[in-house]
Amino acid sequence: MAAETELVVQLDNVGLRYGRGPEILQDVSLSLPVGSFHFLTGASGAGKSSLLRLMYLAHRPSRGRVVMFGRDIARMRRYQLPALRRRIGVVFQEFHLMDHLSTLDNVALPLRVSGASERDVQKFVPDLLQWVGLAQQIDARPPTLSGGQKQRVAIARAVIGRPDLLLADEPTGSVDDAIAVRLMHLFEELNKLGTAIILATHNEALVARFSHPRLHLEDGHLTRT
Amino acid sequence: MAMFGGRSDLPLAGDATSRFLPWLIAPMVFLAAVALAVSFCLTSLVARWDSDASGSLTVEIPVASGPADQAQTTMRDEVTKAIGVIKATSGVIAAQALTQEKLAALLAPWLGNPDLVKDLPLPALIDVTVEADARPDLGDLQHRLTAAVPGASIDDHRLWLARLIDLGRTIAWTAIAIVALVGVVASATVIYATRTGMSVHAGVIEVLHLIGATDDYIARQFAWRAFTLAFQGGLVGLILTGPVLLAVVFESRRIEGGFLADLTLPAVGWAACAATPLVAALLAMLTARITVHGALARMV
Repeated sequence: MAAETELVVQLDNVGLRYGRGPEILQDVSLSLPVGSFHFLTGASGAGKSSLLRLMYLAHRPSRGRVVMFGRDIARMRRYQLPALRRRIGVVFQEFHLMDHLSTLDNVALPLRVSGASERDVQKFVPDLLQWVGLAQQIDARPPTLSGGQKQRVAIARAVIGRPDLLLADEPTGSVDDAIAVRLMHLFEELNKLGTAIILATHNEALVARFSHPRLHLEDGHLTRT
Repeated sequence: MAMFGGRSDLPLAGDATSRFLPWLIAPMVFLAAVALAVSFCLTSLVARWDSDASGSLTVEIPVASGPADQAQTTMRDEVTKAIGVIKATSGVIAAQALTQEKLAALLAPWLGNPDLVKDLPLPALIDVTVEADARPDLGDLQHRLTAAVPGASIDDHRLWLARLIDLGRTIAWTAIAIVALVGVVASATVIYATRTGMSVHAGVIEVLHLIGATDDYIARQFAWRAFTLAFQGGLVGLILTGPVLLAVVFESRRIEGGFLADLTLPAVGWAACAATPLVAALLAMLTARITVHGALARMV
């Protein structure tokens, strides 16, 4: 068994409920090594987004233990969590782009939040936007972008900081197959550089084409294939 | 970590708070600056009154009876005797009789026609200057004066000025209390505006929080915005204060009788008033920062 320090994510018998409702996640246990790549599948309402929310520290579990990058979340002080979050890139299902900011400023957010210089922002962000095919939309605001363009902005924002862990919730849901494949190649390049990836998706064709281990959620229980 | 930051990831410029906060802060700063000015003016005035009261006396020689010429001669002799007794008293610096012309000038504002005063039988007044820190024994002085000039009386002013001084000090402290109250109300306004802003931008704040922004990164943006808005409003409030203060000083100098003739705002008072926009802005910044931190502490 890999030592905790070699694991990006470790969940031990984790349960999650919202308020007094039923448990969305039940006895979820998993250990994901550094540099691993997993698909997260399951029917709508199975708890995929909730599992991801646990991992990007939007919620604390109702029970069980969550260890991120070798650190037990329950033992960490609140002021220590932002540094941990900055190691995690998140592609939200609804994108959560900031309509008042340009494409460049949206993608630059993780860099600015982590204190990067404006020079680094102007150096790295345009290059990444070029790679995801949004060089012409660098000054555009999200309301003027198509669904596919917004998704690429969201992905660029998640990866700009070279995170140790990338959590993507349906990152190819709004793009065509060609762009979806291109984005998958981006994820795989990141993975080769050491970023662990968990990609929640309904796209069985994508799962079949890119052979990575699958984590499957059903009725709140997680299985691995 | 730096308190000030110019860039904002939050769309605070488009908030409703951008419109109403400066206009709420402006009258508060106006009130605070006027109250401060009143407090400093009165404190300065009371100090002058206190000093004047401590260092002076008035001796009154009653009107002499008999024909006018004889009465005048008698009163001149009595004034001379009284001045002799007064000057021989320890603690007395100077003693000088007020001339009829000076008396007429003092009474003219109340009686109107200065010529009328000349026909009135007025007591003689002796203005006595004493050492404030070593005042003469008034009981002993009264005794010796009465022996030399029967009917002579001493008025040391302190009795009736004391009440005026107490009133002045009470008003000055009330003005300070008003300044403090204005500060509390301004803080409450900023708290409300900040919470409203956080509610409006909850989605943006959540994303910043989840991508790793510290509470301070978010709080700084609200704090800077509160600082600039409060400073703008404060400047407007201060500008409105100037004409009011000048009008009060101008009107007070038109009141004859001496009580308010020298109503002035000392330099430290001008500086305090000038600083009110900056103080209001700093208070707003600190309040906003604490409010945001308090709200964010409820997030995971």
